[in-house]
Amino acid sequence: MLKTRVIPCLLLNGTGLVKTQQFKNPKYIGDPINAVKIFNEKEVDELIFLDISVTKSKKEPNFDFIKKIASEAFMPFAYGGGITRLDQIEHLFNIGVDKVILNTIAFENPSLISEAARVYGSQSIVVAIDYKTNFLGKIEVFVSCGTKNTKLKPVEYAKKMQELGAGEIFLNSIDREGMFKGYDINTIKQVTNIINIPVIASGGARSLNDFKLAITEGGASAVAAGSFFVLHGVHRAVLITYPGYNELEKLLKTE
Amino acid sequence: MITIIDYKMGNIGSVVNMIKKIGYESLVTSDVQKILSAQKIILPGVGHFDKAMRNLHELNLIGVLNQKAIIEKVPILGICLGMQLLSEVSEEGNSNGLGWIKGEVRRFAFDENSKKLKIPHMGWNTINPIKDSPLLENLNNNSRFYFVHSYHFICQNPEDILCTTEYGYTFVSAISHNNIMGVQFHPEKSHKFGMTLLKNFIEKF
Repeated sequence: MLKTRVIPCLLLNGTGLVKTQQFKNPKYIGDPINAVKIFNEKEVDELIFLDISVTKSKKEPNFDFIKKIASEAFMPFAYGGGITRLDQIEHLFNIGVDKVILNTIAFENPSLISEAARVYGSQSIVVAIDYKTNFLGKIEVFVSCGTKNTKLKPVEYAKKMQELGAGEIFLNSIDREGMFKGYDINTIKQVTNIINIPVIASGGARSLNDFKLAITEGGASAVAAGSFFVLHGVHRAVLITYPGYNELEKLLKTE
Repeated sequence: MITIIDYKMGNIGSVVNMIKKIGYESLVTSDVQKILSAQKIILPGVGHFDKAMRNLHELNLIGVLNQKAIIEKVPILGICLGMQLLSEVSEEGNSNGLGWIKGEVRRFAFDENSKKLKIPHMGWNTINPIKDSPLLENLNNNSRFYFVHSYHFICQNPEDILCTTEYGYTFVSAISHNNIMGVQFHPEKSHKFGMTLLKNFIEKF
């Protein structure tokens, strides 16, 4: 029986691991390589690393550092941040990355998705959709680490990304990121109702029950969380955790 | 020394990383001379069946691989697409496979009850060992592996089936015939379970 994937999503700011709230106030939480080693021991389903320092500064992905992380990652490993060209994607696959996550470039140059999917297969191309609520209560997709409004709706955007050849959608609520409010089940549901490719729900997870809701109510194929796996308690103390396999299996048992 | 065939079909870095982690050296190569002296071969691969066979032809690797696998009977492990290439034909394309293990590769096709299942089959799943093999030593039906694939192997000879997995229906997730072995999942991405399998391949054959 296929297990539902539960994925820690870790943010890189240069070579340090950070955690943000609503994409702001990065708090330093430790060494990424050390975190990967801990997640190895905990046998996590998959790992996502997003470098939040490279897109705005228009820098290349930090290949040497990503390679160091990948060499310790004995689980599927996805990387996003600063990817704008096909040769960078090839380079990432050669150094041990399994999936690439495209965000800003998916908006600016959507043909890259099709090209990358044709060469490497859709299964390795993930499109990240960050969205937030505007003052009228409507949700809109943002790129460039949440700073640039595309004025597009997540559902339409996700559909277009699927048509272009994306293999998975990483759907992230900026409003809920790091806020321990639970997932935005409504939007997750709207997107999973429209597209056929797997959706990874992200933003707001605070409990195992939130994972369950994103899957059973939202229709997500996988769930991602940041703070839930790296911070603990009201003072947001750094503590890397991951539920035991049996616990997850019991919780997420699919019929 | 483990020889990993580099025929420009996807992520080899992670196979190298895991072999290093379990304490062995590997050589990534598409050089015929180097492959001729190989003692143990891994054929990885992600992507399209026809493209993979075309790359093997263009790099002139079919002859040397046949020599190693069929005549010298060197242990060889195909991973993911590398397993599918061991077949005779695939529904994914028109090229002939390597034809070392009798059978064909077909796309997942679900009946009405399982229609909602997504293709590719992506994520962690368990195996049901069918026959005894040193490759599966210390592994059992609680061992889980990471899969990403839309096509699967159908064996002509049931005795070639090493283990099966459930996704909509029961499909063959690993095969072996004498020195030739294939796994549909990615041991290099499957934590201690994958390490155990690769260690078995390296140490027990």
